[in-house]
Amino acid sequence: MATDTQLDLWEVFIQSKSGLPYIHAGSIHASDNKMAIQNARDIYTRRGEGTSIWVLPSKHIVASNPDDNDMLFDPSNDKVYRHPTFYVMPEGAKNI
Amino acid sequence: MTTKDATYTYTIRLGDDALILGHRLSELCSRGPILEEDLALTNVALDMIGRAQALLKYAADIEGKGKTDDDIAYRRAEINYYNHLLIEQPNADFAHTIARQLFVSVFEFLFYTELEKSRDETLAAIASKTIKEIKYHMQHAIDWTLRLGDGTSESHNRMQTAVNDLWMYTGELFEMDEVDAQLMRDGIAVDLIPIKAQWHNDIKTVLSKATLLMPEDTYMQTGSKKGIHTENLGHILSEMQYLQRAYPDAVW
Repeated sequence: MATDTQLDLWEVFIQSKSGLPYIHAGSIHASDNKMAIQNARDIYTRRGEGTSIWVLPSKHIVASNPDDNDMLFDPSNDKVYRHPTFYVMPEGAKNI
Repeated sequence: MTTKDATYTYTIRLGDDALILGHRLSELCSRGPILEEDLALTNVALDMIGRAQALLKYAADIEGKGKTDDDIAYRRAEINYYNHLLIEQPNADFAHTIARQLFVSVFEFLFYTELEKSRDETLAAIASKTIKEIKYHMQHAIDWTLRLGDGTSESHNRMQTAVNDLWMYTGELFEMDEVDAQLMRDGIAVDLIPIKAQWHNDIKTVLSKATLLMPEDTYMQTGSKKGIHTENLGHILSEMQYLQRAYPDAVW
């Protein structure tokens, strides 16, 4: 893959409205904080997608190693007690 | 001249600035230095076209001959366009694009802030809608002027050249004629004398922060209020009007 020569890479998170979580929207290039916010706004929020933006330099993201997936993410389905399936739901309870 | 005729001309002039700059900036679609900047400039273009639509529609309403905003935008001859000469100057390089954006957006910020107080309710409403967009255009242009001016020696030299090249088109922004005089009496038009002083101040501050020299005022180009343009406008129109000229009344 060609080297990325277009400024630093930043990750963009958008909050669609106050109180909701910030959701990862994608990434952008920028040379500083201000340009990062402006570019994020121009690319991801021109159609009313959000009311607030977070940007952070991609180099500060700490990611898990795919080699560790077995160790980290195996849901241990053989251990049935890990899943809360033995409760009787109260009548009328929704969204469970 | 009646207030109605003067308001028509005044509105067309404002509409043409937005229309022609919108088209100029749209030429940069897929030509920006990086993808993000490509989108930033084309977003500004879209804001301009939206403003042009509102103003030219209002002009058509004032005229009262049943024309649409599209008729006015696409079916006039070059001599009947009244955008400022600065607006039609080519993108040349990124520095020229940014210098033009800087001069125009600082002017428009000051101008539309005042136009919000106009006694013409439609113009005041268009002004208050557009001022939010202009603040962003101005911030974008100032930030890039600082980065390029105070960047590498290459970017500094190009930015200084662009500022120098475009300077002779800035005097025209502050010209007023009988249309302005009439509408100022009616409380509709903006007085450009205080705006000129403020514009000079603001531009001087930005240029000096960007380590750029403010050019001396020498000969200033003029003509657009009478429909006299640089050679650039004809080329813009031949491209912009092509479809409506070749296929009149085409819709999609």
